[in-house]
Amino acid sequence: MSFLELDRVAKQFGPQTVVNDFSLTVGKGEFVSFLGPSGCGKTTTLQMIAGFLDPSRGAIRLEGRDLTAVQPAKRGLGVVFQSYALFPHMTAAENIAFGLEMRRVPRAECRERVRAALEMVGLAGYEERYPRRMSGGQQQRVALARALVIRPSVLLLDEPLSNLDAKLREDMQIELRQIQRNLGTTTILVTHDQNEAMSLSDRIVVMNQGRIEQIGTPQETYERPASAFVSQFLGKTNDFAATIDLTATPRRLTAGSWSAPAPAGVAGPVTVSIRPERIGFGDAGIAAKIVTRIFQGNHWLFQCESECGSVIVIRQNDGQPQPAEGEAVRLAWRPEDMSLRGAGGTA
Amino acid sequence: MSAAVDTAPANIAATADTRDGRAPWALTAPALMLFVGVLVIPLAMTVMLSFHDWGQYKGIEPIFILKNWREIATDPYYAEMFWRTFRIALLTTLITAMFGAPEAYILNRMSGRWKSFFLLVILGPLLISVVARTLGWALLFGGNNGLVNKFLMSLGLIGSPLPFMFTETGMVIALAHVMMPFMVLSVWTALQRLDPQIENAALSLGAGSFTIIRRIVLPQIMPGVLSGAIIVFSLSASAFATPAIIGGRRLKVAATLAYDEFLNTLDWPLGAAVAVLLLVALVLIVVGSNALIERRYAEVFR
Ligand SMILES: Nc1ncnc2c1ncn2[C@@H]1O[C@H](COP(=O)(O)OP(=O)(O)O)[C@@H](O)[C@H]1O
Ligand SMILES: [Mg+2]
Repeated sequence: MSFLELDRVAKQFGPQTVVNDFSLTVGKGEFVSFLGPSGCGKTTTLQMIAGFLDPSRGAIRLEGRDLTAVQPAKRGLGVVFQSYALFPHMTAAENIAFGLEMRRVPRAECRERVRAALEMVGLAGYEERYPRRMSGGQQQRVALARALVIRPSVLLLDEPLSNLDAKLREDMQIELRQIQRNLGTTTILVTHDQNEAMSLSDRIVVMNQGRIEQIGTPQETYERPASAFVSQFLGKTNDFAATIDLTATPRRLTAGSWSAPAPAGVAGPVTVSIRPERIGFGDAGIAAKIVTRIFQGNHWLFQCESECGSVIVIRQNDGQPQPAEGEAVRLAWRPEDMSLRGAGGTA
Repeated sequence: MSAAVDTAPANIAATADTRDGRAPWALTAPALMLFVGVLVIPLAMTVMLSFHDWGQYKGIEPIFILKNWREIATDPYYAEMFWRTFRIALLTTLITAMFGAPEAYILNRMSGRWKSFFLLVILGPLLISVVARTLGWALLFGGNNGLVNKFLMSLGLIGSPLPFMFTETGMVIALAHVMMPFMVLSVWTALQRLDPQIENAALSLGAGSFTIIRRIVLPQIMPGVLSGAIIVFSLSASAFATPAIIGGRRLKVAATLAYDEFLNTLDWPLGAAVAVLLLVALVLIVVGSNALIERRYAEVFR
């Protein structure tokens, strides 16, 4: 069921097309992330939904109604900005109450809802604080409360956590997810942080240069990346070229001296893509030599040189002895951990 | 014995301290001397001068006398003149704030090229002498020969020239024109500090454009408007060229009066008393309102 729908939306700034052919349907209560490198058009898309920018082409619909015909002030969407954009001359409570005042909510109800909103974000007792006197994390919570208190039909978050330090960011991610689950507010998050997108979202929209590369659940986009861009952008990956030998029966996938049974449906030159944590050291497989070994607490990171190029391997630190630098190893993986892309894209 | 041993290192530390303590003084000495030489000494001499006696034939007599101050305090002419000075300055300030703040806001919303063009148009006049700018008004409205007056009279719209020269209205209009760039600059600076997304934030919460300006933008640029107001007020109250050209010797303000006492009547002590009183009043007003503003906005903008 589609709640919010973007239909072939595009945005042009002069001659430059910043967002192109953007189509997406978001279900009620869903948490969707726009993920992509800086400058790929995430903010622009979000601002078109919010109404701060008009799309050059395409339509945006909310519950079937055309949203582009509605004034931004009348859309009833909640927006949290990267800079928070709190009103510095108002206290936390006044900031949160602003949207309710605009809706002419009776004073007593307004006071109660502001109190509840502050409590929800864990800032009870901070009513009279001015934003200047709050930490980044606290300002972020006020901004979230201000956007949520108006009970928006859609919550739009533009890199809301990118100004926080790593530890606080993780805490806020968990909290944000809990609040969103409890309220059931349809949410769109813009981020360039793949971990953030994966840990928060029901679905991820991976964007590159104004276009959608892939839409899928975090697991789908990670394990079945639709393009080289997606597999590179979502975590570390190993790509190498291989060919499918049609002369042999059964058909075989070969790269140098390595070969494996080929899956059906692909032919010719392909790109083989394997996540580093899916590769193990075994007795068979591609011959390689370990160049560097880095200890990272809960896992080891190996940089190996093989005949198919350099390969990254990640092994859990499970207490087993690990190969040393300079040691010759063989790299192996299960056939299903391999994802193949032909010249045309997905296999 | 032991005491001597104990104090030896302390002495070294003390000399080092005094040497360090002298360095800032030595470094600031040239600027300090300039400050004392061109500001403090003449000012002190002016204050002293205001207590001297003066007579048509005897000239300045360096004795201590309260004559000048008594004259200023008792003669209603001076009260009226000071009252006029501050009334003109206040009206000028209000007009520059009323036009300058929206001007800066509109300017800030313009896109790149237009913004720099209009900024130049607004600030350009600062490069032209105040005398030239004020004379422009005199050319347009100066009696029967003023360009605008002539034109309007030839159309038959007005029977006699518009009263502009030698009027307070004329002085306020000309001063507001001269002072406008200071207000625009001051508000402009405050606008630069606004979060570029703040209006969008208010918009998404359901505020209309008038509400956004009144509730979100205006309170945030208010410190800029007020500091601009202080600049414009003090410059207008002590302005000389514009009141001299528009008001001439018929409509005097504090600065033109002091000038006349010094150079025409040659009653330097009385001129000094007027100048000192203007200075003291201005300092009190500026420092007082600045303190009020600081207190009002300390919580929010610090
Ligand atoms: N108002 C504008 N005028 C011209 N170009 C713009 C404007 N806003 C954004 N852009 C361009 O659009 C592209 C996408 O911007 P943005 O949506 O902010 O990217 P993201 O949020 O993904 O980092 C960038 O190349 C940026 O330079
Ligand atoms: Mg952005």
